[in-house]
Amino acid sequence: MAETVLSSGEKIFILHGIDADFRNDGRRRCEYRSMEIETKLMPQTHGSARLHIGNTDILVGIKVELDVPHADKPNEGKLEFFVDCSATATPAFEGKGGDDLATEISNVLTAAYQTRNAFDLKTLCILPHKKCWKIYVDVLILQCGGNLFDAVGIAVKAALNSTEIPKITAATLDGGEPDIELSDDSYDCIQLDTSNYPIIITLCKIGDNYIVDPTLEEEMCSTSSIVMSMLPNGKISSVVKLGYGSIQFNTFTKMLQMGEIIGLRLNKTLMDVLKEENQFGRQRRIFGFLK
Amino acid sequence: MEEYPPIIVRLAINRIDLNLIKNENVQPRIYTPGEEISSQPDFLRGHGTYVDDENTLRASVAGVLEKVNKLISIRPLKARYQGEIGDVIVGRITEVQQKRWKVDTNSKLDSVLLLSSVNLPGGELRRRSAEDEQTMRRYLQEGDLICAEVQSTFVDGSLSLHTRVLKYGKLSQGIMLKVSPALIKRKKTHFHNLESGASLILGNNGYIWIGANKQDSDRSEGGFTQDLSRIPQVNREVCARLRNCILILAQCNIQLTDTSVTYAYEESMKYKINELLEPEIMIDVSLLTHQRLIQQ
Repeated sequence: MAETVLSSGEKIFILHGIDADFRNDGRRRCEYRSMEIETKLMPQTHGSARLHIGNTDILVGIKVELDVPHADKPNEGKLEFFVDCSATATPAFEGKGGDDLATEISNVLTAAYQTRNAFDLKTLCILPHKKCWKIYVDVLILQCGGNLFDAVGIAVKAALNSTEIPKITAATLDGGEPDIELSDDSYDCIQLDTSNYPIIITLCKIGDNYIVDPTLEEEMCSTSSIVMSMLPNGKISSVVKLGYGSIQFNTFTKMLQMGEIIGLRLNKTLMDVLKEENQFGRQRRIFGFLK
Repeated sequence: MEEYPPIIVRLAINRIDLNLIKNENVQPRIYTPGEEISSQPDFLRGHGTYVDDENTLRASVAGVLEKVNKLISIRPLKARYQGEIGDVIVGRITEVQQKRWKVDTNSKLDSVLLLSSVNLPGGELRRRSAEDEQTMRRYLQEGDLICAEVQSTFVDGSLSLHTRVLKYGKLSQGIMLKVSPALIKRKKTHFHNLESGASLILGNNGYIWIGANKQDSDRSEGGFTQDLSRIPQVNREVCARLRNCILILAQCNIQLTDTSVTYAYEESMKYKINELLEPEIMIDVSLLTHQRLIQQ
């Protein structure tokens, strides 16, 4: 993680602020910063999204390819996450510096999407044993201003929501060899059913309290945090604890409860916004990186 | 049951442009590093440019062209802090070395604070003994924030700092912000005790300190003792509001002075502190501040 050391004065100030339910930027403990999202901004990909929250800037690109299913799971497609911590985010990511964090994030994503309730890999199967879709989710961290996990989670969900997989018109076995025909119309696509995809919520324990959406400075004051992934139906698909501090069982359940409520709200808001963006159709102006 | 505030997700198409001054017709020509400026031989090479093997003048930074007669220079759009003697800076200790501290001051190289250029507790001036050298970390350790003055600059551009005046020294409770150094003008005073009860240090290097209590200015003990008691909620709210106001001004490219900060603070009073993070309100506050600054 990007290491900015704080002085004891700053730390105490943040700590007491969180104690008083009044953070340095005036937010309450359970308050999220407002975020900005844009999808389908990269025409070279099958689906893409960019998310801004505070100073955090995440870009997600999705690529779909034909592949052969695993021998032990012949009816399932593949989903792979790859996270790249760009050195433009912080010099600490230069070289192999960001690898640890990148693996950590991709592990959390994999865990979040692993259950069948969240993402049914069977929908990606074309011909059992022979052909399936493989989805590559590439996450690029352009800037980090705290709360990376949540931001990545939201961006990935938005990107998957915008993904268009080419439609297959005919899939036959021709003498044991698979023969696949794609639709000629490039606009003729299938969308993924994102209604069950999880989002990630981080709860950061600072002092005796816990907060959502920490800034970089607040993350520095925290000894432990839990990263949970929430399905839209209120189920938790994975929980990971980060940091060296310990969490008592009572606190843990309270944190999970708070994460659940916020997760449900965040999920609903996100889906509403994505639907709104979808209504603008293909003629929507793309902002991207200019402006 | 706690009440949870709503979560706001915006779309990029509804983005609000925070640039106040717009020239729709004039598009500035921006040069990128390595781009050719001129291949004619009759020029004088200015800052931000270099001449390659084929005698072509090229830009070494990303920025706009500035031409004075034959002198061609490129002014970078975003630059690190270039120190000058006498500047007031806010910095963070990054390393404790023998007889010196290394300080991050937003310049290209870390600055140096020599053990001999700080006021040690005990008051009167004395020689620095070996003991002092061994207990340096007790005075300032990694991560600590200091306020200092630039004493001299080295040939490579790095700075030597000093805190030999009582108003300089270690900073205790409060918030540090980073803005572009171009937004801070060199002024007679960079220390401000605002009416609202907070102290403000506008470092020339673009680091800004919002101190939670006024007693900060008393540094008779060299400022190494820190007051870590709980800050009253009123002061905390002032600090948070100031923080958000300064960030608004910085985002809208308004120069930061005690006047502009006070104006923004006063204009922001009609909003709640956490509302100041929303773009619609940011643009409103910055416009009102901008108007008041023009009227002045």
